[in-house]
Amino acid sequence: MSAPAVEVQHLRKVYGSGHTEVVAIRDASLTIARGEIVGMLGPSGSGKSTILTAMALINPPTSGQVTIGGEAVLDGPKALVDLRAFRRQHLGFVFQKANLIPFLTALENVQIALEVNDTAPKAARARAMELLDYLGVGERAGNLPVALSGGEQQRVAVARALANNPSLILADEPTAALDSQRGRQVMELFAKVAHERNAGVLVVTHDHRTLDVFDRIVDVEDGTIHERAPSQTVKSS
Amino acid sequence: MNLAVRDIRHNSGRFVFTTLGIGLLLMIVMGMGGIYRGLIYEATLLVDRVGADLWVVQGGTRGPFAEVSRISASLEDRVRAVPGVANARRFVSHTIQRVHQGRPLRMVVQGLSWPEDRGEWVPLVAGRALRQAHYEMIADLSLHLPLGEKVTLGRDVYEVVGHTRGMVGTSGDGLTFFTVSDALAIQSDVPGEAVRLERAARRARLEDIEIGRLQPLLLDRAAGPSGSIPALSKPQVSAVLVTLQPGADAAAVRATLANWPDISVFSTQEQKDLLLSGMVDKAKRQLGLFRVLLIIISTIIIALIIYTLTLDKIRDIALLKLIGARNGVIGGLILQQSLLMGAFGYALAWVIGQFTFPHFPRLVVVEPSDLISLGFIVLIISTLASLLGIWKALRVEPNTVLSA
Repeated sequence: MSAPAVEVQHLRKVYGSGHTEVVAIRDASLTIARGEIVGMLGPSGSGKSTILTAMALINPPTSGQVTIGGEAVLDGPKALVDLRAFRRQHLGFVFQKANLIPFLTALENVQIALEVNDTAPKAARARAMELLDYLGVGERAGNLPVALSGGEQQRVAVARALANNPSLILADEPTAALDSQRGRQVMELFAKVAHERNAGVLVVTHDHRTLDVFDRIVDVEDGTIHERAPSQTVKSS
Repeated sequence: MNLAVRDIRHNSGRFVFTTLGIGLLLMIVMGMGGIYRGLIYEATLLVDRVGADLWVVQGGTRGPFAEVSRISASLEDRVRAVPGVANARRFVSHTIQRVHQGRPLRMVVQGLSWPEDRGEWVPLVAGRALRQAHYEMIADLSLHLPLGEKVTLGRDVYEVVGHTRGMVGTSGDGLTFFTVSDALAIQSDVPGEAVRLERAARRARLEDIEIGRLQPLLLDRAAGPSGSIPALSKPQVSAVLVTLQPGADAAAVRATLANWPDISVFSTQEQKDLLLSGMVDKAKRQLGLFRVLLIIISTIIIALIIYTLTLDKIRDIALLKLIGARNGVIGGLILQQSLLMGAFGYALAWVIGQFTFPHFPRLVVVEPSDLISLGFIVLIISTLASLLGIWKALRVEPNTVLSA
């Protein structure tokens, strides 16, 4: 049995100190298996994004452990590996905004993720094209982001996240800027990626219309993760 | 994938205009260096071309270019008598500013020792050397005096018979060549009234002394032309140019001349050194200071533009960091943009300079060595200018990409 895509244990994140101390995460633990898509819900300020950024290795916790693909990565604020290299090789990111680099074409936006991971330019180009085709935006490969619709941009962002075959994909409200139809398409895309590419996917969302795509849903409240009971999960088995 | 080129392509308008500005600044830097070279060339041109081995000037002075020198024209004959001297020529040099056809005409008047020196050594581009003892002149093209043009200088009219190109004095004024006697006539030309007053004054001075009262004929002589009074010296020249016999011992000739207390002797190289250390030195320092200031300004402009371009793509840089791009990729993006801006600016400076430098009022001489050294300077300032942007980029946190 393969190691979980990600496992976080007893995460705690505190900003400030003394009377200005703010506890963003109290005690959060979560495990996402490979091939599993998990939805994370919660009100604004509940700590969702802090948990996500801790798992993304860009906002280390005050305490707690993060293990990705079976490899211990963070022990509290202490990095156990080269975080930037680890992100490059094992993580994929998708955000509310597609965050495509405006001076690169759709193809190049995917290609750059491969090239920074030392893939040869020719191979990177071929792989990027393959991903764009897989996500249905291959015919827009030569367009700059400004010429793409919101949904197309988000698909390119997903392609970029998939570029290096990450074991974990983290998505922060990826459908917030899309209409319901486009939002559903993107969510279904994540589910497809998780299941077909055996990646763990964590999606932070407020969009209750698409909860049925998740294998599991967790709620975050006051910096604590609550596993939603299977009966509360919308998805039909 | 070259991110720098793609970003420049995306921001081509800003890049083009900034590069144009940098190019113009670098062109001025290039031109300043060229003007300095031109100053040296112009300052030493005449000394190089006149073909003298030794320059005999007024004792205790460093004339005739660095300061005024006046020596007797008869010194020419004394110098000829020195063993080892093949030839000695009188040399007159002074700058005048007159009005010709309603416009100011500033020129350096050079006197040639007629009839030995007719100006055959002067590099003519049109016309001929002097053929008459009077009323002919050779003029540089920069004076815009066509062949056959009649120029009134003092009470006489001179015809332009030959043209030179690029023959200018240390101040950049065009050179003109006359016979020594004409050059002296131009120099000593005074209005008729002044002549009459001087003659009257001479007569009055003579009347005050006994010999004047005892010899009335002397009073008539005193009131006559200066040239008819043997007691008055002949007009003085600026220098005597010495040409040595082939194989002559220059040091020995010089030692002989140096024993004469009324003159100073300089070699051609010493004359050039006098010009460069005196007249050109301050201009050199001034131009050098301007060049340094312009290079600093160019560096600041490149730095600010690169910094602004970096700020514009701060989220993109954060994203690159988030997806794991190494610092080298991010720093390289900024450094390459800075280097490209410098390189294009430099190329533009060179191209614009090719068209504009020939129209500068002073000669601009751009040497290949200057181009190479400026290229290195541009390389260095482009690198330095990128540091601010790189510093900013490396401080960006990857989670900046998550902020709205």
